Amino acid sequence: MAKYLLLKHYRGAPAAVNDVPMDQWTPEEISAHIQYMQDFAARLEKTGEFVDGQALAPEGKWVRYDGEGRPPVTDGPFAETKDLIAGWMVIDVDSYERAVDLAGELSAAPGAGGKPIHEWLEVRPFLTAPPTITE
Amino acid sequence: MDEALLRSLTPGVLSVLVRRGADFAAAEDAVQDALVEAVRVWPERPPRDPKGWLVTVAWRRFLDATRADTARRRREEAVDQEPAPGPAPTADDTLRLYFLCAHPSLTPSSAVALTLRAVGGLSTRQIAEAYLVPEATMAQRISRAKRTVSGVRFDRPGDVATVLRVLYLVFNEGYSGDVDLAAEAIRLTRQLAAVIDHPEVAGLLALMLLHHARRAARTAPDGSLVPLAEQDRTRWDTEAIAEGVVILQGALARDRLGEFQAQAAIAALHADAPTAGETDWVQIVEWYDELARLTDSPVVRLNRAVAVGEADGPRAGLAALAGLDDSLPRHCAVAAYLHERDGDLGTAARLYAEAARKAANLAERDHLTRQAARLNARLRH
Repeated sequence: MAKYLLLKHYRGAPAAVNDVPMDQWTPEEISAHIQYMQDFAARLEKTGEFVDGQALAPEGKWVRYDGEGRPPVTDGPFAETKDLIAGWMVIDVDSYERAVDLAGELSAAPGAGGKPIHEWLEVRPFLTAPPTITE
Repeated sequence: MDEALLRSLTPGVLSVLVRRGADFAAAEDAVQDALVEAVRVWPERPPRDPKGWLVTVAWRRFLDATRADTARRRREEAVDQEPAPGPAPTADDTLRLYFLCAHPSLTPSSAVALTLRAVGGLSTRQIAEAYLVPEATMAQRISRAKRTVSGVRFDRPGDVATVLRVLYLVFNEGYSGDVDLAAEAIRLTRQLAAVIDHPEVAGLLALMLLHHARRAARTAPDGSLVPLAEQDRTRWDTEAIAEGVVILQGALARDRLGEFQAQAAIAALHADAPTAGETDWVQIVEWYDELARLTDSPVVRLNRAVAVGEADGPRAGLAALAGLDDSLPRHCAVAAYLHERDGDLGTAARLYAEAARKAANLAERDHLTRQAARLNARLRH
């Protein structure tokens, strides 16, 4: 029983095997891809392992505190930002191995030519609540 | 209304339905419906016989569900003759329910969820909240678990060790939500101890009570972890400790040592020390030796190294640590602690920071980061 974040990047991940930008796919290939993602999430709900899935807009702002009584400063987006998150799925599984297997399946989503994208997904464990038994 | 009392009736009611011929999954759903109904109705109209009330309502729900399923009409006719209440469920019925819900064909998370619902009487929503997953996900997990065990014969005894592992997980892991999982684990283990005479069941119950006794002292008001040595021992629950010690002594007298009894013995020695300085570390090391013999777990040897460090000094602790795989969880934190005790603050600070990066839980990470910061501040002066 551990939660993992499966993180998908717009930018910053190593190149996928089938690395063709989505706007170069056929509309049918896009539909097939979306269907695959939906089916994947639905299947995880059925197995009792799904927690959350969200997609993020590619562009956001950077914000920071600018001192007492002043509005926050906003800036960006910056072209040089290396790491750009596209979205995530949170899963609750029995083992790290299961998390890796599921990330592998998600990475097999079809892309250009109907072939698996083989994209790199980042798997990050959640920090848990402390155990009750300590020694 | 006493919800704990209501939920304590769950296994008995479920057993009656199963005994009357209802299949486990349908019976379990019907009992859940009856529990919900009880929460609604009892405050206004408390029943004279709570369990009889639950059996009646659950049985009707079961029949309604069966009737609704027209494909099962013939079976419905067979069961729709209000049967006699039958003999009261026995201790064996309750025990079989524990075995079924912890069946080895279930994954740990499924066994935990099914146990909390079918034996503990918690609702799917309560279980989902306790484990921070959506209710729909938890509902699926439970119904899958019920399907998995649907072919298991209800009358076969199981292995009590599988049940204890599930109860241990409920006690040890989980978030603090509406439901107090640690208290729930104690309740379920107590209920199990009442229907089976087994020293390891008693050992686990003692272990839980002894750790639960320290709960109020384990966290500071700001939520940060307070290590055992720094806890305000006047805040320990002496009643829970006394109960745990008595249960443990009874178990140890049976002379069938197991890992939970050994762990409880270590917890009891800590509980017995009026101050951290008065802890009987020599005996604790001996119990860790027993535990290592029983389980051969590297985590046990890691904890043993801490105890050796206290009993024979930090150098001895570091020597005990030397043979262990440094990728073990908390290895780095233990090494940091022993190096600090040995006076090597630079190494300790570096290791605390590394341990914080490797920590698997937030409270521990923050605690280790503070340790590193404390030593770094001292090193700057």
